[in-house]
Amino acid sequence: MPRTLMKGNEAFGEGAIRAGCRHFFGYPITPQSEVPHYLAKRLPECGGVFLQAESETASINMAYGAAAAGARVLTSSSSPGISLMQEGLSYLVGSELPCVVVNVMRGGPGLGNIAPAQADYYQAVKGGGHGDYRVMVLAPASVQEIIELMETAFELADQYRNPVMVLGDGILGQMMEPVDLDGEGISSIPSKPWAVTGTQGRTTRNIVNSMCIVPEENEAANLRLANKYNKIRQNEQRWEEYLVNDAEVILVAFGTLARVVKAVADRARDEGIRAGVIRPVTLWPFPDQAFEKVIKFAAKRFLVVELNLGQMLEDVRLAVNGRRPVHFYGRPGGVVPTVREVMERLKQTSEVTDGGDRI
Amino acid sequence: MATVFERPRALTDKPFHYCPGCTHGIIHRLVAEVVDELGVREQTVGVGPVGCSVFVYEYFNCDMVQAAHGRAPAVATGIKRVHPDRFVFTYQGDGDLAAIGTAEIVHAAARGELISTIFVNNAIFGMTGGQMAPTTLIGQKTTTTPFGRDVRANGFPLRVAEMLSTVEGAVYVARVSVHSPVHVARARKAIRKAFEIQLQGLGFSLVEVLSTCPTNWGMTPVEALKWLETKMIPYYPLGEFCTPGTGRQDND
Amino acid sequence: MIEQVLIAGFGGQGIMSTGQLLAYAGMMEGKHVAWIPSYGPEMRGGTANCGVTVSDTEISSPLVTEPTALIVMNHPSLEKFEKTVLPGGIILTNSSLVHRVSRRSDLGFLAVPANEIAEELGNVRIAANVVLGVFIGYSGAVNTEAAVAALEKVLPARRHKLIPMNKAALERGAALGLAYRREKAAYG
Repeated sequence: MPRTLMKGNEAFGEGAIRAGCRHFFGYPITPQSEVPHYLAKRLPECGGVFLQAESETASINMAYGAAAAGARVLTSSSSPGISLMQEGLSYLVGSELPCVVVNVMRGGPGLGNIAPAQADYYQAVKGGGHGDYRVMVLAPASVQEIIELMETAFELADQYRNPVMVLGDGILGQMMEPVDLDGEGISSIPSKPWAVTGTQGRTTRNIVNSMCIVPEENEAANLRLANKYNKIRQNEQRWEEYLVNDAEVILVAFGTLARVVKAVADRARDEGIRAGVIRPVTLWPFPDQAFEKVIKFAAKRFLVVELNLGQMLEDVRLAVNGRRPVHFYGRPGGVVPTVREVMERLKQTSEVTDGGDRI
Repeated sequence: MATVFERPRALTDKPFHYCPGCTHGIIHRLVAEVVDELGVREQTVGVGPVGCSVFVYEYFNCDMVQAAHGRAPAVATGIKRVHPDRFVFTYQGDGDLAAIGTAEIVHAAARGELISTIFVNNAIFGMTGGQMAPTTLIGQKTTTTPFGRDVRANGFPLRVAEMLSTVEGAVYVARVSVHSPVHVARARKAIRKAFEIQLQGLGFSLVEVLSTCPTNWGMTPVEALKWLETKMIPYYPLGEFCTPGTGRQDND
Repeated sequence: MIEQVLIAGFGGQGIMSTGQLLAYAGMMEGKHVAWIPSYGPEMRGGTANCGVTVSDTEISSPLVTEPTALIVMNHPSLEKFEKTVLPGGIILTNSSLVHRVSRRSDLGFLAVPANEIAEELGNVRIAANVVLGVFIGYSGAVNTEAAVAALEKVLPARRHKLIPMNKAALERGAALGLAYRREKAAYG
C-alpha cells in the first residue's frame, strides 16, 4: 500500500499487522471502536484471529493466554475499559509476558464522556494494577507515528517481556492523515522458547506463572523486574525536540496536544518569545535526559500543558528537580485548549517561581 | 511381572499439598490418566485457577499457565486461538468458576470454544478459609454464613452444569462425583468423553465434579464423603446434561 | 498556504465524506492534510461536523477551532460556528436551508442555493459537494481535478456510479467560486 489517508484507529490496527501481530482480542468502546472494526476485516485477510470478547477483563486475559502461547497479541480499549484491564496487566507483568495494549483516552472519571482527554496518564505510567511494576508507555502524535510506534511497541514488548501501552486520545483515534506504508512490515517474530505450546518432545515443561509463594523468591522476582526497568530507563527514553536550542521557555506536552503546543511555540516566536517544545514519546520511561540537556542550554522555565489536572507535570517536576520553575496549564474533562489560550498562559509564566501551580 | 498400577505420566513427582480427605487428588489423577490414555500429554496446555488447586501447574506434567482468579476460560481461549491443534483444558474450583469467573465460563461455552473444563464443586471456598461459595448449600454453615446459608440474605446455590447445558456452544456437560469407587470410575469416563469432544473439534465441554472439603466442612474424611452423597447429590444431581449424541437434559 | 475548513450540517448531508474528499484531494497534490470529525452520540442524527486542514507545510495542530473557511449546510451550524471564523476568512452557506446572511463584516460571505443546484443535477444528497466546489473554486486550496479524482477514493465502490453526478456538483460549484473570487478581486 502506498500513501493513503487513514484514521488513527485504523492505523493502530494496520501498525499492529505490520508488526507481525496476528491476534486481537477486544471489546467495543468509543472512541476506539474503529480499531476492532478495522481488524475484524483485516486480520482474517492475513490469516490472523480477531475475537470480540465479552468484556475488557476477558480481552486482556485472552491476550494473556495468546501471549503465553507465544503470539504477538494486541488488545485495545478506551479509559473505562482500560480500568478493567488493570488486573490483567499486573498478571502480564508478573508472568513476564509481552503484549501491546492501546488506550484511546476519553474524559473521566466514571463514565465521563467520549471527548479527547489525557486523564489516564497516572494509570498508564504509574501502574493502575496491584504490585510494584512498570508498563512501557508510548505516545504517538500523528497517524504516521502510530504506524511506526506500533512496531516499536511490539519489539519492546518482546525484547523486555513486558506489556507496552500505546496511549492516544480521541483526537488521534478519530483523525485522518496521510500515511506512508512502505515495505511489507515484519514477516517473522523472535523465537520464544518459554512459550506454552505443549512440550512436543521438549524435556522440560514450560510454565507461565506469576505466583511466588515464598517471600524471598518473590523478592528476587521483583528485583529481577527492577533490573529490567533500570535497563529500560537507561536505553529506551524517546522524545522529540522542537526549537529547544535557544529556547528560554520550554513547553512540554505529549500526544496530539503536543501539536497544538508546537503551534504555540511558533506563535510565541512570531511575538519575540523564544519558545521550544519537548514532546515525550515514551511516557515511561519518562525522558529525563531531554530535560538535563535543555537545562544546560537556555531553558529558564517550563510550561507543561495537558488534557488533565496535571499528571505528567509531576514527572517534569521530578526531572527538573527544582532547578527551574515548572508551570502548568490543563483542560480536563474532554476540552482541548486553543493555541490562543495556551499562548496567554505562556505569557503569564514567571522565571522566578511557579508557586506550585496546577492550572 | 506386569505393572498394573503406576503414577500417570501426566502427573509430576511433586507430592500434593491438599488436606487429608480432600478429593482434589483423585480428580487430578483422573485428568492425568485420561491425558495419558488419549496420548496427548505433549500436545497439552493446562490452565490453573486461583483457589486450593492454584498449584496444579506443579502437578500436571505438561505445559501449564497460571490464570488470574476466574479468568482461566479466557486465558485458555487465547492459547487455543494461537494453537488450535493443541489440547487445552482448565481446572477450576467453584469460587473461581461460579462466582468471579461466571462471565468467562459462560461466554467460553457460548462461543463453543474448543477447550475442556474440569469444574470442582465442593460447596465452599477452601483456600481463603471456608467462606460461602456460590455452590454452598442452603443452611450450610461457613465462615461467612455462621448461622447457615439463608436464601433471603444469600440467595440460592448455583447449578452450573444445568445452566451451562442450556448454552448451544456447550456440547458435553456432565456432573459426576468421586465419593465412591464406582463414582470415581464414572467420573473418569465423563472426563474422557469431555476431552474427546475437544479432540474431535465438536465444541466446549465441561465436567462438574462434586468434591469434598473435610477441613472447612468440619468433618472427618469419611463423614465428608457421606455428606457429599446425602446432602450435595440431592441438590446437584449427577448425570450428563448435554451430549453430542443425545441432546440436552439427559440426567439419571 | 494553510486552509482550515470547518464543514458543518446535520447527519445524512454527507458532511464527513465531503471533508474527506477535500483531504484526499490535498493529499493527492502532495500537500499536508488532516481530517477530524465530531464523533459519538453527536453524530447520531444530530449535528455533524468535521475539520479539514490543507497546508503546504507540516500541520502542527489538526484541530480546526479557528477556521479560515466555514461551510454551513444548515441553519444551526451558522449560529454555532459563525463567530469562530478568522477575520479575512470566508463563510459559505447552503442558502436552501440557511435563511440569513452572515453578521460578520470582516470576512467573505457567499450564499449558495446548494439543494436547488443539487436537485437540478439529479440528487439533493450531493449538495455538500456543490458548496465544497465553491470553496475550491474560490480558494484554490486544491484543484478541482484533484477533488474529482478523489471521488473514487472516498465513495465506496457501490456508489461509483454516482461519480459523474458528484463531478458535476464540484465543477458547478467551482465555477461559482471562481466567479465570486474574480468579482471580489474586481470590486473588493
